[in-house]
Amino acid sequence: MPAVRETVEQVRSIDVDKYKYGFFTDIESEKAPKGLNEDIVRFISAKKGEPEWMLEWRLDALKRWRTMSEPTWARVSYPKIDFQDLYYYAAPKQSAGPQTLDDVDPELLRTYEKLGIPLREQEILAGVENSRVAVDAVFDSVSVVTTFKKELAKHGVIFCSMSEALREHPELVRKYLGSVVPVSDNYYATLNSAVFSDGSFVYVPKGVRCPMELSTYFRINEKQTGQFERTLIIADEGSYVSYLEGCTAPSRDENQLHAAVVELIALDDAEIKYSTVQNWYPGDADGKGGVYNFVTKRGDCRGRNSKISWTQVETGSAITWKYPSCILRGDNSRGEFYSIAISNGHQQIDSGTKMVHLGKNTSSRIISKGIAAGFSENTYRGLVSAHKKATNARNFTQCDSLLIGDRCGAHTVPYIEAKNASAVFEHEATTSKISDDQMFYCMSRGLGEEEAVALIVNGFVRDVIQQLPMEFMVETQKLIGISLEGSVG
Amino acid sequence: MTALLEIKDLHAQVEEQEILKGLSLTVNPGEVHAIMGPNGSGKSTLSYVLAGKDDYEVTGGEVALQGEDLLEMEPDERAAAGVFLAFQYPVEIPGVATMTFLRTALNAQRKARGEAELSTPEFMRLVREKADKLGVSQEMLKRPVNTGFSGGEKKRAEILQMSVLEPRLCILDETDSGLDIDALRIVADGVNALRSPDRGMVVITHYQRLLDYIVPDIVHVMSRGRIVRTGGPELAKELEASGYAAYTEAA
Ligand SMILES: Nc1ncnc2c1ncn2[C@@H]1O[C@H](COP(=O)(O)OP(=O)(O)OP(=O)(O)O)[C@@H](O)[C@H]1O
Ligand SMILES: [Mg+2]
Repeated sequence: MPAVRETVEQVRSIDVDKYKYGFFTDIESEKAPKGLNEDIVRFISAKKGEPEWMLEWRLDALKRWRTMSEPTWARVSYPKIDFQDLYYYAAPKQSAGPQTLDDVDPELLRTYEKLGIPLREQEILAGVENSRVAVDAVFDSVSVVTTFKKELAKHGVIFCSMSEALREHPELVRKYLGSVVPVSDNYYATLNSAVFSDGSFVYVPKGVRCPMELSTYFRINEKQTGQFERTLIIADEGSYVSYLEGCTAPSRDENQLHAAVVELIALDDAEIKYSTVQNWYPGDADGKGGVYNFVTKRGDCRGRNSKISWTQVETGSAITWKYPSCILRGDNSRGEFYSIAISNGHQQIDSGTKMVHLGKNTSSRIISKGIAAGFSENTYRGLVSAHKKATNARNFTQCDSLLIGDRCGAHTVPYIEAKNASAVFEHEATTSKISDDQMFYCMSRGLGEEEAVALIVNGFVRDVIQQLPMEFMVETQKLIGISLEGSVG
Repeated sequence: MTALLEIKDLHAQVEEQEILKGLSLTVNPGEVHAIMGPNGSGKSTLSYVLAGKDDYEVTGGEVALQGEDLLEMEPDERAAAGVFLAFQYPVEIPGVATMTFLRTALNAQRKARGEAELSTPEFMRLVREKADKLGVSQEMLKRPVNTGFSGGEKKRAEILQMSVLEPRLCILDETDSGLDIDALRIVADGVNALRSPDRGMVVITHYQRLLDYIVPDIVHVMSRGRIVRTGGPELAKELEASGYAAYTEAA
């Protein structure tokens, strides 16, 4: 695993307190004043030139949000957030939308460079014609560069920012937005509905196999700017799409709130594969700072024989509250959740999935690998349910936790509800530690301590790594080493 | 001539209990030493102390590898300096392909020594060649390190690692146990192929049989944490016939 080697080199060059991606890009921003009220919502909507119905939708969400309170059931603790002390809109300044990459702020391109965006994506940013990954970069709140649209357009695939989708394809947005995660679904999703800034929109038409992986890099870049991304992906009948989401954030003291909503819709015989590598600033060695990541991700297997697969690699954020889920509505539909959740330092992760079996012969599979180090808390929370009509529902769940050191915690909280007697749900769970014998064995072969941990952990998560698209595999193996830096010795 | 390995009056304890009680041993380059001795006499303990295992606390004595203080080094530094231990009980590392493990280890050592990493094709060629000789299949190289390997497969995999890493000091802890007759010959051939004028070996075994294949220059008897007798290959034959009774009582 050459990645392990690189990981260790990278790890060595990092100071515990210095987050690798902890730089701050200075792009003049245009922001709305702090606080949340109707005027701010109107400002955001106006700024983006949205249709009237969208504004009404947002205002309705704001009204509902005001009646709700923050959920407290997750195993995470953090100081109370003052929602009136946050900015809800910031956009990088730019004249007209960039037509080519030459028009893109060189500062932004340098940012990508520092992020170590994989070669193929760098090629795209450099304008190389033959790359097969399309990048829709969300820089702070507004999409500043969208590539490969033409090639995608040839196949009829729409891949653009949510703002653009609202302008160019309002009928599609209106039909599907909020149809998987309703406006009042939960506190953070409702907040997002009121103030979402931007995000990605994907539509793959009937029978089309999307010719490339769709990739988005998110980046939080403004001081105290709440990030409210909104992503909507629709795979029409018989289509296939693989979507990659990855992100890093700059280091700073103030906590940053991120409350994204992602909605996936798979119609008859369609398949969506959604992969995430999340590497936001986790806070410093004392647990100060770091991103609060309260995300609602849900996929609706709306059609027969449809399939949605979530793969996530969670290494960053001070607090992660995230349950990518599948509603298995169509008969014979299938949901999958593959997860690697790594917590170190003072990170807190409460993550898992929900597999809701509604249709007949639906199946789901959950493979969760939690790795806890330092003083962190790492909880898997998962629900598998079969409704009355879900005859022959099948689930297999495997939850493995690995502890590094003895000051961290790993917890598994599975919920199972079967209202149909034919349901078969299997659940396996293990908790283990990296043994001294394993460490010694690796070191006696020449591996340094950090390198040994990275290798052993990469072995532990192998089943999930294999689910990742090639683009993310190498990156992830590196990230695992970086995330566990300082966890031994 | 500087000795390859020089152990002087070594004392070591595990969990407050002294296991090595003043052990001395000198291995010169090119020599193969066999260590025999009853169960619990401290043979594996010696091998762990040489490789640098944490729980083994050295309370006295000196160990030098080519004149350098070995006890000062971390296990990975010892490996890079040329120490290799073929474990009595090789450890499983689930999910890590044997090939990946070998490559990571070799490159880590090369890097520590300031050598360039091997390219993928160079490495693959090297491993294939060595694996073929030891009857280790390509399929096994893809399997996770020692995971689900049979006892004999584990021992073969250890010797494969040894022949890929080409250490200066090879310590084999009961590599023969768990091997069938054919495997024993193959493994012994692998070990013999590594014999060279600048390499030394310490072969720990209970059975004369292994020493028929790997003929030692010197044989030691270890009992209760010390070397109690040293002789030539004939000593092993004598032990095979008479057992350890004389030594355990004398010690
Ligand atoms: N980790 C440990 N904790 C406690 N006692 C230990 C530990 N390791 C070794 N010992 C003890 O030290 C003594 C020597 O053990 P060691 O494994 O070195 O013997 P050996 O000569 O290799 O025996 P064998 O021939 O059975 O392999 C034994 O009494 C053993 O119980
Ligand atoms: Mg032993």
